[in-house]
Amino acid sequence: MDKIWLVIQREYLARVMKKSFLLVTLLTPLIFPAIMGIFVWIAVEEKDNQSLRIIEVIDDNDLFFLESSEQYAFSFSNLQEEEAKELVQNGERFGFLHIPNFDLKDPKGITYYGEENPSMNLISYLENNLKKKIEEQRLFESGIDPKIINEVRTKISIKSITLDDQGTETVSDATVNYAIGFLAGILIYMFIFIYGNQIMQGVIEEKSSRIVEILVSSLKPFQLMMGKILGIAAVGLTQLVIWIVLIGTLTTVVTGFLGMQMPQQQAMQMANADLGQSMSNSDIGEILQVLSGINVTEIVLCFVFYFLGGYLLYGALFAGIGSAVDAPSDAQQFMLPVTIPLIVAYMGLFVFVLNDPNSTTSFWLSIVPLTSPIAMMGRVSYGVPGLELALSMGLLILGFLGTTWLAGKIYRIGILMHGTKPTYKTLWKWIKTNN
Amino acid sequence: MLNIEKLNKSYGTNKALTDLDLEVKKGVIFGLLGPNGAGKTTLIRIINQIIDGDSGQIYLNGETLAPKHISQIGYLPEERGLYKKMKVWDQMLYFARLKGLSQIDAKSKIKFWLEKLEMSTWRDKKIEDLSKGMAQKVQFISTIIHNPPLLILDEPFSGFDPMNAEIIKNEILELKGNGTTVILSTHRMESVELLCDQVAMINRSRKILDGTIKEVKSSYRPEVFSITIDQNKQPIPAEWAAKQEDSSYHFTLPLSGKTPNQLLHELMEYGEIAQFREVIPSMEEIFIQQVKSTENG
Repeated sequence: MDKIWLVIQREYLARVMKKSFLLVTLLTPLIFPAIMGIFVWIAVEEKDNQSLRIIEVIDDNDLFFLESSEQYAFSFSNLQEEEAKELVQNGERFGFLHIPNFDLKDPKGITYYGEENPSMNLISYLENNLKKKIEEQRLFESGIDPKIINEVRTKISIKSITLDDQGTETVSDATVNYAIGFLAGILIYMFIFIYGNQIMQGVIEEKSSRIVEILVSSLKPFQLMMGKILGIAAVGLTQLVIWIVLIGTLTTVVTGFLGMQMPQQQAMQMANADLGQSMSNSDIGEILQVLSGINVTEIVLCFVFYFLGGYLLYGALFAGIGSAVDAPSDAQQFMLPVTIPLIVAYMGLFVFVLNDPNSTTSFWLSIVPLTSPIAMMGRVSYGVPGLELALSMGLLILGFLGTTWLAGKIYRIGILMHGTKPTYKTLWKWIKTNN
Repeated sequence: MLNIEKLNKSYGTNKALTDLDLEVKKGVIFGLLGPNGAGKTTLIRIINQIIDGDSGQIYLNGETLAPKHISQIGYLPEERGLYKKMKVWDQMLYFARLKGLSQIDAKSKIKFWLEKLEMSTWRDKKIEDLSKGMAQKVQFISTIIHNPPLLILDEPFSGFDPMNAEIIKNEILELKGNGTTVILSTHRMESVELLCDQVAMINRSRKILDGTIKEVKSSYRPEVFSITIDQNKQPIPAEWAAKQEDSSYHFTLPLSGKTPNQLLHELMEYGEIAQFREVIPSMEEIFIQQVKSTENG
């Protein structure tokens, strides 16, 4: 046990004391907001700099009037088709929309001509606009006043409440649950991949630089393997804690900064006192209510459990692979059985779990140890029956013990083997060997 | 010190060690010889408890070899390495602690050795910044830092220039003087003759030779004499294939059942004996001859 502790210390310090660790740890929380910021900035710039795009319209029905927007203006100059096409060709018009004579019940033949391939954005903008116009026209023809139509347009949002066995009501919001499951799942997925690879690299380094033979004359290969896995886990947890503290501080600073500007804004709002503003205020209240309704302790505990459990389960496999090969490039052939369940879990999280946390597929994804660390986080935020959670956790512990046992068997032989490229068959032979 | 009885080890159908017996006495330097693939590394790994033998007994100071003995053995493998990014001091501390030394003990030992080998100024250098010879010295110190009563050195001189090899050789002799038992595995026969008290040779998983250097050499005397005769009285028989140099003839003759004196007497018929010397094989010759004879047999 003492020796495992020594290995943990070395593995931990060797990584944490590196400058690159400090750099990555401090910069990563800044990178995502920075990327977002750059996108927003570019989008704003683009909008500001974009000249208005003029689209010539010929409407043979003489029925439609399209309102211009910030990006597109529509000109109705009663040109002939050929003339309009020419305007597009010599660049005086951005595009040309031809609405032929058609039956309102079956609008066909609407054509757009442009010098460049139109964006999805433009096409759907035109389609929506025309659809609305045609619908209005048809309603009007059946005797309904467009004014009434505008009046009856309603916006609704359903408040969802979860009832538990005791009859306690909790306000829930699928969006918030989705976001939590999404973030937690992705975080665990990335953690397993990044730190699993670090384990593998570390093992290969020790093996190829032949340190390992000296090490195993002082301690058992299993101690060496576990020390490395746990030491690197500690590095990951350190990084996570620093990120949480950093993001927490940043958020506090930013909101504090905004808070100082609040009085002014509030004064303006009160002066305006318009309806929409009070609406969105109650929305915010609802989100806060949802957040307070979520069992934060349970989610955090589950996150830590699946975070570590998933890492340990896969970490052992990564260590086993590293021990079997001489160079990282040889590791590729053994990576497939490790990568595939991880990717299945990741895809499953998006396709099944987050959309329908209670479906059969979601259930199995969150129970099977190879996929549960990622998939279960997608369900936990929605609430999972205690028994299922216990089953999933129990199986994950068994799975972790199983992969560690398996990897340990490969490891103790693999680290001393040089020069031969092992196959699955040789790995299997190592697993079966007893000493 | 170390007793091995009927040790067997096989990898699948390959026999690595067959019924191997070995006795290493306390305070000697024991040469472990044998061509590549003979089973030396397997034997050394088993003594270090890196792998287990299939059958047979190993006793260290009369006790069956067990994990607690790890701290009593120092091992320098042939293929060795250090953490390139680690500093000399940290590296030694890590190895010393893994061998069971306390933090305080380890630090004072490292200090002692760094000073002894005049390496104190390197203590904060990373291994990747050291020359190969310097790194080898660090490796050597790491091996002996915990004062092991049994030291196993596999090709300890590889990677050293002659100067440093001499330093290491003297350290090994000094350790021997302090009662350390050393098992030396090497292909360099000159260092075997220079350092070893006792040798064992392994080929094709079996021990083919065992004893002190003197014993081995005398049992492998081919009973051949190297002779130089000046001034021939009688013509030298052609079947002796003598080489002529001015009036001297050089050749070798086996005793063929005679005593050396009888042979000498016969030779006096041919002329003035300038040289009459028994050919004593070097360890290298014995090594090659033995390996060849087991390969053929």
